[in-house]
Amino acid sequence: MKGILSGLRQLRQYPTAIIGLIVIVILMIVAIVTPIVLPYNQAVKMWRGGEAVWRYYPRNASPAWTNWFRSTDLAGTVIIDSAKGDVEPVIEPISADTREARFSFEFDFPYDTFPPEIILFSSAAYKDKQPFVELTWITPDGREIRAGEFSSGASTSVRFDQDTRLQRRLERETGIKGISVIKGLFDDPNKEGVQVLQGTYRLDATALLFEPESSLDLAFVSYGKVYGIAGTDHQRRDLTIALLWGTPIAMAFGLLAALLTTFTTMGIAAFGVWIGGWVDAVIQRITEVNSIIPLLPILIMVGTLYSRSVWLMLGLVILLSIFGLGIKNYRAIFLQVKESPYIDAARAYGASDMRIIFRYLIPRILPLVIPAIVILVPSYVFLEASLAVLGLGDPFVPTWGKLINDANTQGALFSGYYYWILQPAALLMIAGLAFAMVGFALDRVFNPRLREL
Amino acid sequence: MSDVNAEISAVDHITNDQALLQIKDLHVWYELKRFGFGHAGYVRAVDNVRFVLEQGEAIACVGESGCGKSSLMKTILGLNIPTKGDVIFDNTSLSQTKGEDLRRYRSKIGYIQQDPFGALPPFMNVQSILEEPMIINGIKDKQERRRRIEKILEEVKLTPIEQVLPKFPHMLSGGQQQRVVIARAMIMEPKLLVADEPVSMLDASVRVEILRLLRKLQEEHHLAVLYITHDLSTVRYFSEYIFVMYAGQIVEFARMEDLLDNPKHPYTLALLEASSDPNADNALVQREIPKGEPPSLVNPPKGCRFHPRCPYMMEGICDVLEPPNIEVTPKHLVACWLYDEEKGHAI
Repeated sequence: MKGILSGLRQLRQYPTAIIGLIVIVILMIVAIVTPIVLPYNQAVKMWRGGEAVWRYYPRNASPAWTNWFRSTDLAGTVIIDSAKGDVEPVIEPISADTREARFSFEFDFPYDTFPPEIILFSSAAYKDKQPFVELTWITPDGREIRAGEFSSGASTSVRFDQDTRLQRRLERETGIKGISVIKGLFDDPNKEGVQVLQGTYRLDATALLFEPESSLDLAFVSYGKVYGIAGTDHQRRDLTIALLWGTPIAMAFGLLAALLTTFTTMGIAAFGVWIGGWVDAVIQRITEVNSIIPLLPILIMVGTLYSRSVWLMLGLVILLSIFGLGIKNYRAIFLQVKESPYIDAARAYGASDMRIIFRYLIPRILPLVIPAIVILVPSYVFLEASLAVLGLGDPFVPTWGKLINDANTQGALFSGYYYWILQPAALLMIAGLAFAMVGFALDRVFNPRLREL
Repeated sequence: MSDVNAEISAVDHITNDQALLQIKDLHVWYELKRFGFGHAGYVRAVDNVRFVLEQGEAIACVGESGCGKSSLMKTILGLNIPTKGDVIFDNTSLSQTKGEDLRRYRSKIGYIQQDPFGALPPFMNVQSILEEPMIINGIKDKQERRRRIEKILEEVKLTPIEQVLPKFPHMLSGGQQQRVVIARAMIMEPKLLVADEPVSMLDASVRVEILRLLRKLQEEHHLAVLYITHDLSTVRYFSEYIFVMYAGQIVEFARMEDLLDNPKHPYTLALLEASSDPNADNALVQREIPKGEPPSLVNPPKGCRFHPRCPYMMEGICDVLEPPNIEVTPKHLVACWLYDEEKGHAI
């Protein structure tokens, strides 16, 4: 153990290893924090929940930070939801039963392009009389535009760009024939043509509640062309969820597969070498047969016919790798270690076979195995991603590979949604690179012969 | 095997039913396999060896590489299984011992190896190294283990103990490593110590110290010691008896001084001739060494195994018949036709 610790200390000499370690630590933190902050069930619900969960998000929006690289900023997304307490209505009683509730949705709009869509979601609770809502749009330069009125049902959505009366009103207001509602609402009247007026907008909604028990919640959404840290996909889903949850999945898959396959193959090799005879021969033959069984087609077959659960895939990968070719490598080393005088000494003072395998054979080659495990991690991370890209990803869990698969089937690159593919791909590459950098440095520390190369 | 040897069973150092260690007509043959399963003969590493070792006695085994010393030693340790014959140690017959009992048998014999660095697991510190035999043999009490470690380290003069215990083998000098090996061999308080060239890998400067230490331990604990070496210059320190092995067989057996001062077998003569003696006169002397190589143990020569290399070979006798053990003087046995009353002629 001391040797391993001092080996790890030697890692400091390798800047690549330090960078790799920092990246791994960050990935690990993300992998640990994500499931705590956003538990699995919640994540699955947010990813698989359906339109109702995602309806406030824009469709195919780029990440917000992409605006830093653009000369004209794309419209950002504005979500103001009274149900979440973003805005508090001012309530005044008018008569015995009737109250007036005034909502004021105020937001900054510093962008250069028009939002593709504006919707006011209204959900009301009432017995017989629906609450009645009047809307007024106030532009940064102080113009007030009557933006329609409606009676709210249990769930009503007011799509501004389908309001033909508002459209005609805006035609008069701007003097531009055939202007769409959204362009009309955001147009700067002092400029030639149709251009966005930047500044603070307000939508006032005055609601009349006719029953003492009735209540009303309003959510104003101005859909943008950029959204959040990671953007959204074709189903309005926030990619952040998939990128975050992809981390623990990738780490767990990679680490578990690498650790379990390495230690089982090592254990089997040690057992075979130590017991020898027909046991060793049987292990060797199984290994040889197993090594010509192709892993990927079996995974594809199981994924197509049985289940695509990521944990089932992990189990299969481990199962099929237990008798992997690693056994041959470890066997070669163990055959050498087996002849060490200290093994003879251990037998001479009565050590049992199991004790010799676990206390004398395996510890001897642990320093060789640690770099191998670290280098093996990314290959399993990539395997999981490959399965997902091939359409065999877990149907419930969002992973990096699933994102690439979705993007691929939706023609993301063809439509110019580069962020959709590049983000998960970059994470995969960074994770792989980090483990590789640490692994190669460990290899140099533990196999000093490599240092001269 | 010829049964001529049976006649001389009266000699108490060849057979003795009460002795601590009894080697009875021991054969250790390794099977050679063709294509992994077909039988292709045997390597006769140890062929019809017999001797006994009493409590508190030291015996040296001398011979060149490949003469079967190591196979003999490993069989005594219980690491090899006798093909024929038996090893009886402390009233336990090795050929009848299996499994758990075999492990207990092994743990009762201390084993000192040639290469001290190789003999210590590089990933364990001195404390774990010394604790291992005790843990394996069921000494669960930590204080008892601690007490034994302190006692034995005191005896092998590895002090201060607190500084030695956490050290790993590569942090110790060759002499210190060998002391740890000796301490490990002694920690189960064995009755028999098997020392396989314990000083051959050490610096000349520490050899004598280690040999003295072994001698001291042997006397204080009344140990039986089997000392195996190819170096005749170190045996004098040690043992009362000595036997010389050649091609898997004992060719000469005698008291130490008797054999060194008055060797009988032509092979022993050659060995002594070749051994280095710190004497300035020897610096320029050209040594006679037996021509040829040690024979193959798969197909050993017919008759006396030394006859192809023997300068005194008698045609028709040595290359045909296996020589009997002949007691030339009391307790001095030699397996050579030269000393046969009818057929031989003394050198």
